[in-house]
Amino acid sequence: MLKHTPFHERLEELSQTQAWGNWAGYLSALRYDLSTKHEYFAVRNGAGFFDTSPLHKYWIRGRDAERFCSYVFARDIRPLKPGRAQYTIWCDDAGCVMEDGVIFRFSSDEFLLTAAEPNLGYFRQLARPFNVEIIDCSEDYASIAIQGPRSRAILEALTPDISDLRYFAFAETKIADTPVTVSRTGFSGDLGYELFIPAGDALRVFDALMEAGRPHALRPYGDEALGMTRIEAGLPLINVEFSSSRYAFTDDERFTPDELGLAWLLKGIDDPTRPFIGRDAIIRERMEGTSRWRTVGITVSWQDFYELFDGNGLLAIPDEIPVSWETMIYNDRDKRIGYATSFMYSPVLQCHIGIARVKPKYAEPGAEVFIEQTVNHEYINVRATVTTLPFYNPERKTA
Amino acid sequence: MSDLHAYDAIVIGGGHNGLTNAAYLAKAGQRVLLLEQRHIVGGAAITEELRPGFNFTTFSYALSLLRPEIIAELDLVRFGFMPLYMRSHFAPMANGDYFLIGPDAAVNRAEIARHSKADVDGMERFEHDTARVRQFVRPLFDSIPPNLFSDDPADTERMAWLVKHLGNADKKLLHDTVRLLTGSIADFVDDYLESDIIKATICSAACVGIKLGPMSPGSGINWLYLSMGEHDGIGGSWSFHKGGNGGFTQVLARAATAYGAEIRLDSHVTRLITDGGEVRGVVLDDGTEFRAPIVVSSLDPRRTFLQLADPRELPADLVETIQRFRFQGITSKVNFALDGVPHYPAFGDRTDQYGGFINIAPSVEYMERAYDAAKYGWYSEHPYIDASIQSFIDPDMAPPGKHVMSCYVMYTPYQLKDSSWDAERENMADRVQATMQRFFPNFNDLVLQREIVSPDIIEAKTGLSEGNIYAGEFFPHQMYFFRPAPGYSDYRTPIRGYYQCGSGTHPGGCVIGAPGRFASQQIVTDLKR
Repeated sequence: MLKHTPFHERLEELSQTQAWGNWAGYLSALRYDLSTKHEYFAVRNGAGFFDTSPLHKYWIRGRDAERFCSYVFARDIRPLKPGRAQYTIWCDDAGCVMEDGVIFRFSSDEFLLTAAEPNLGYFRQLARPFNVEIIDCSEDYASIAIQGPRSRAILEALTPDISDLRYFAFAETKIADTPVTVSRTGFSGDLGYELFIPAGDALRVFDALMEAGRPHALRPYGDEALGMTRIEAGLPLINVEFSSSRYAFTDDERFTPDELGLAWLLKGIDDPTRPFIGRDAIIRERMEGTSRWRTVGITVSWQDFYELFDGNGLLAIPDEIPVSWETMIYNDRDKRIGYATSFMYSPVLQCHIGIARVKPKYAEPGAEVFIEQTVNHEYINVRATVTTLPFYNPERKTA
Repeated sequence: MSDLHAYDAIVIGGGHNGLTNAAYLAKAGQRVLLLEQRHIVGGAAITEELRPGFNFTTFSYALSLLRPEIIAELDLVRFGFMPLYMRSHFAPMANGDYFLIGPDAAVNRAEIARHSKADVDGMERFEHDTARVRQFVRPLFDSIPPNLFSDDPADTERMAWLVKHLGNADKKLLHDTVRLLTGSIADFVDDYLESDIIKATICSAACVGIKLGPMSPGSGINWLYLSMGEHDGIGGSWSFHKGGNGGFTQVLARAATAYGAEIRLDSHVTRLITDGGEVRGVVLDDGTEFRAPIVVSSLDPRRTFLQLADPRELPADLVETIQRFRFQGITSKVNFALDGVPHYPAFGDRTDQYGGFINIAPSVEYMERAYDAAKYGWYSEHPYIDASIQSFIDPDMAPPGKHVMSCYVMYTPYQLKDSSWDAERENMADRVQATMQRFFPNFNDLVLQREIVSPDIIEAKTGLSEGNIYAGEFFPHQMYFFRPAPGYSDYRTPIRGYYQCGSGTHPGGCVIGAPGRFASQQIVTDLKR
């Protein structure tokens, strides 16, 4: 039987659809409203909230916590100040990405990691030579993301401490007399925050949040709308863009940070004072130029999409729900050169967008490629243009 | 004349079609000057903050028929284009029940079945048949009509294409199309549906903007026309631009400016400058002259041909046709600032019914009777109201917890019998408010302010003759190659270099942009000759 998150009894009341999926053993809403697009627009033009409680959460504490983190995680944690968080990845010795997560620094020797998949055993194994303690606190905290242009106004009504919170900073504050950690983070590519609340007090904070959100039309959103916003934001999702190299059977299932478009995390990789798992392999990959893929955005113009259907006698009705399969990409001579891992119609961008992996020589922004679509029971390649990521990046996200 | 006042093209009027035309011409490399008489661009597509924090869509109230080609070709997203989703359509009923259509097909079936089980598949057949008609007429809608009276090879080619296209239709499709183009919408839906509220909901979309009732032959073409709108590919669905239609025309202005067009506000053009049958420029009311070999009027046909141009320079048959061209504005807007949420008893505390349009048209007969008054020069006692609480769709339209409600009111004829709008404006708005109060028992208590925009005000502020929102009625004889006059449907005029790009040209009115786009295509084609 699937578990309920600490917010579930309220969420169940809010759900018009009772359309639940399974996220890490918890009932997790696919959508609450009859329309995914309506939920999506809460995030893009108001405020939406998403229950992230099923995330795995680990305390990493002890004298060696920083040393441990700088060894396990590929992104250098040493510059991270208390009260700040960063997106990070961890790799295997071959320099392939295992997983990703967000790590919060509470003090010099105390960190909190959130991750989509369980890692306690792995981290504890790695921690043996270090003076560090890894504690699974996943069930101690309920967590909820408030995302969208109105998110700040809503939270300001509950606590003044968040007004000046910068992008990827967090504050420990009180909401409804409950200690809450509020971080300016999220998975939407928009202005947004996440709240970490002691599980037992989750409903009290939730009710206060709903009250503050009412004049701002705060609405819940589920996994489908989450998928739309994170694709527009160009954010990779584990088990969609990649899966953990630990569980791969072939090299085709493994990807390096550079191949996943995550090279920006590896600033300072040349610093010899910070050995980390995968470093040598990544340096070798760069020296030898052995990257097999580049991660890019692709867009299909409205005209090309329209012609694809109208030209075949059909109505051209785009689908904003991300497709749940990979879509093949070809060059102009029908040679396969990659695949889109995510693909959808973007209502704010008014065209189809995808996150794709292509051979490096096709990765230049502006390059013309062709994406395979099924129309009238036939495969038809439609023109697409290679772009940079993210697709959608409003100033308010970081302002 | 200084060089500063010399341009490649001058566009008269900064409504959405003028802006669209200016943006396309500038993008094609022309040095464009757009002249707008008011202090803001937008024409009938503006948003005004009449009360702090309350934003009113003074005239047009939705992104109705905007062509997706324009969004893509002008790259409008880059300039802030953001159409918001209208998720529902809510029709209150006289007995307190309702008809509510939303985004989920299966839930909609159940809602239809609540009113009539036979209408579940009736509605699906209706939607399929009309979607086929839309698909069939779309290539005509989205291209420059052939000029039947021209020897131009381009027109011969267009005519040949048209004949071939018509020949491709099967019997039913062609018959359905002609029935919609010539008949009444009430007749058409009778073949599919039996529930009166469901029929009324469909028919109401045929009664926006024209001086016809749902039972009048001719209402079908209006229904078909308005259903040519689409949002994200869904035929017949309209959206709401972020910040209202004023937000949209600001996007167009940014695009036009970015492509190099110059926009000059408070510039009221009074007449053309011509020489030997060719246009040379325009004169403003303060005497300022601007020169260009191309002048494009986005004003309606009456102003374009009889006011800006000197009718003596035009063929008499054209002048006569334009004088015959029917405007007869019939619609008003009453916009409300509300202190809270209107309460519809059958919904309790629910508010999701306010995510789109609220249609006060509880029966087909209700609308037809509302129209009856207009035939005899008076406004409806029980008006048909196409309303929307826009702050539910875009929360930035009103302060938190407050709302703005746009009420589009039918039927309010421009010419009242033995009276004037100055005398009747408040009385008309009282009837609108009383109608809302009848359906929403707390409505009167919520009203903080109301703005009344009767046809005379539409005319005075936007320049649309007789306040006709479409810049000319949607009658079959005023559409396609007859819009605005036989022989002049190609955006040209008898004055060389003088073009038309307003809603009085094909395809017609609404926030659509197509006239502005097609006129720019015609101009660019002519420049290459």
